[in-house]
Amino acid sequence: MHSESFWRKDIFSTDHKTIGKQFLFFGIFFLLFGGFQAMLLRWQLAYPGQPVPWWLMGFLYEGTGGIIDPDGFNRLFTMHGTIMIFWAITPILIGAFGNFLIPLQIGARDMAFPTLNMISFWTFFLSGVVLLLSHFLPAGSASGGWTSYPPLSLPGGGIPGLGQAFWTLSVTLMGAATMMGAINYIITVIRLRAPGMTYWRMPLSVWGLWLTSILNAIFVPVIAAGLIMLLLDQLLGTQFFVAGRLAAGGGGDPLLFQHVFWIFGHPEVYILILPVWGIVSDLLAIYSRKPAFGYKVTSICMSTIVVLSSIVWGHHMYTTGMSPLLGKAFMFLTLLISIPSSIFFFNWLGTLWRGSLHFDPPMLYTMSVIWVFGLGGLTGLYNATVTSDIYLHDTMFVVGHFHYTLAASVLFGGFAAIAHWFPRMFGRMLNPLMSKIHFWGTFITLNLVFFNMMVVGYAGQHRRIYNPSEYEFLQPLADMNVFITYAALVLGLFQILYLFNFVWSLVKGKVAETNPWRATTLEWTMDYPIPHGNFGEIPQVYHGPHEYSNPNTDQDWAPQTVEIKSS
Amino acid sequence: MNKAIQLNDRFGAATTGKLGMWLFLVMDALTFGTILIGGIGLRNAADVWPTAGLILNVPLTAFNTFLLICSSFTMVMALNGVQKGDRKSFIKYLALTIGGGVIFLGVQVYEYTHFILGSNELGVVLSQSGFSGTQFLPFTGMYGAVFYTTTSFHALHVLTGVIYLSVILTQAVKGQYGSDNYDRVEVAGLFWHFVDLIWILVFTLIYLL
Repeated sequence: MHSESFWRKDIFSTDHKTIGKQFLFFGIFFLLFGGFQAMLLRWQLAYPGQPVPWWLMGFLYEGTGGIIDPDGFNRLFTMHGTIMIFWAITPILIGAFGNFLIPLQIGARDMAFPTLNMISFWTFFLSGVVLLLSHFLPAGSASGGWTSYPPLSLPGGGIPGLGQAFWTLSVTLMGAATMMGAINYIITVIRLRAPGMTYWRMPLSVWGLWLTSILNAIFVPVIAAGLIMLLLDQLLGTQFFVAGRLAAGGGGDPLLFQHVFWIFGHPEVYILILPVWGIVSDLLAIYSRKPAFGYKVTSICMSTIVVLSSIVWGHHMYTTGMSPLLGKAFMFLTLLISIPSSIFFFNWLGTLWRGSLHFDPPMLYTMSVIWVFGLGGLTGLYNATVTSDIYLHDTMFVVGHFHYTLAASVLFGGFAAIAHWFPRMFGRMLNPLMSKIHFWGTFITLNLVFFNMMVVGYAGQHRRIYNPSEYEFLQPLADMNVFITYAALVLGLFQILYLFNFVWSLVKGKVAETNPWRATTLEWTMDYPIPHGNFGEIPQVYHGPHEYSNPNTDQDWAPQTVEIKSS
Repeated sequence: MNKAIQLNDRFGAATTGKLGMWLFLVMDALTFGTILIGGIGLRNAADVWPTAGLILNVPLTAFNTFLLICSSFTMVMALNGVQKGDRKSFIKYLALTIGGGVIFLGVQVYEYTHFILGSNELGVVLSQSGFSGTQFLPFTGMYGAVFYTTTSFHALHVLTGVIYLSVILTQAVKGQYGSDNYDRVEVAGLFWHFVDLIWILVFTLIYLL
């Protein structure tokens, strides 16, 4: 063992496990940051124009007499969306677990390009710093929504200062970091699998992360080009996305940006959720002590969705005046996605069916994904259908829907993954009692928040409006909005418990045994702490990742490194 | 008996570094593709679009194109040199490749300066194309925006390539490469050929059509 200095070992490390942990801490910080912004948003929607109380850090709004002004509200929802998507979900699911799991689960010593991996994290870090700094600009941060549509996001669009330019710059940097990660993940899976680890023996988590990286590799370069053009419009005065009165010399096409944005933006939602699908498929098998039902079918379905997701972006643009024929085509393709999704959804239920279910915290989180993703998926059908979408477009229904799929499913998937792999990452168990309290608290309040968002949306409340009480037809919804806000505040409180649990378990948690969940995959084969280089000797893999309750084995599980002899 | 995977079987004998570069090139091509296709779309929608060769100096850039193609050729010769173990020709051709890139950038800087400083003759040409003023700038209509974005994004790649190849050259002078160890030279070459290939598209779409 050679010893490394603190800087090489913990800060500028090239070890995929350390980089994974760095991404995890980074993501949790931003998750709390974005979550706090959501609380402020909910306060304004429940009590429009009333001063923010001290326990929600009302002093932040001293300048405006304690109330959130309309511009401040716009900045809040813009930054909440941007941060949650790019700086919370992406680093936790893709950055942390992509880095930690891929080499360990396929039996590699590290990523294919360890130095690139380190640069990827620090580019990501830099992008986060740029984004945070934008909050301190004299004219405030970006406020054009996470979609940053031109001409609103351009200098003539009415948003003062450099906030929008900082937004574009930080998302571009984030994209660069993501692209470096994607190259690493894809090549690692192609080249560095251990002997015997065929594609059809990879854990489904690796399948999910790998497919996510493929989508990242194809579509982040596209949005990068769009963002470069947007940045030039913002800083240099070109007019790619300007039209009409604002366009001085010719002008371009604002719709072009929407196309470029959603060509990336729709695959992006699958980028965020594919790792969760994979992780859920694996964990269900582990905690049901059964092989995953339809392993191959699940991975084929996920791959099918990867292909379909790239040709459905138009369903975000039904109301832009597109040809009805084109709208129909996009609707058909979008609805087609429900077929592969339903197949693996039923595979999950098939895994549970007559399994020996162990309700450890990771399993609770995992099973809740089935519920919230099911609801999110079903409500997606209404948004995919042109006729109902024209009514629902830009309402709180859409907000509720994508929070079910993105926030709820991905968050629970992330919680499940953290609870399951915590012993591998930190050598200790996450406290099960606190985890269970956190699970029930989060599960109940989260459904109250997001389901009721869909209800008020169906009743006609638009998203992104500053003061719903100004509209007569929304006044009867005032109580509902207050209710959602209180549910959201309780949801927020439970996350403080989670943070406490995380830190407490890190320091004082029960020391974990090597394989506490009796899982079969390769990452559980070595003692903690896992050394730089992971495996003493690269293991030989003999079978798939879900050999549970095989009658030919003595115990109810067989690690992938153990050959099963049929009797 | 389970068959063990032979790592070298997949994708022939390609090294990990080479696969990574190929993947990066695909991604970079998608970025360029978006900019070029976006440019075509914006051109079709634009009110004014000058005739080819009116504002831009096509003969000068044709020379630049020729230069870049030549530098691709010298890159092939450099790789050929290192593969044969001929260190002298390897270093010579690698230096020539870098020189080609530097001259290419120099010509482009000259072209940009000429446009940005402006002149009365340029003003005449611009007014013939439906623009006002005596300078050709990034916000001179959609034409200027597309021209500057596409060419400067490509120039950034040439600059990256020049720096990249210079690092390889420094290592080559130190004697790091030989007939049994030239993978990184080959990978750098891939990038250089890609930049060259993209330029042919840029030249055709921006200057000739």
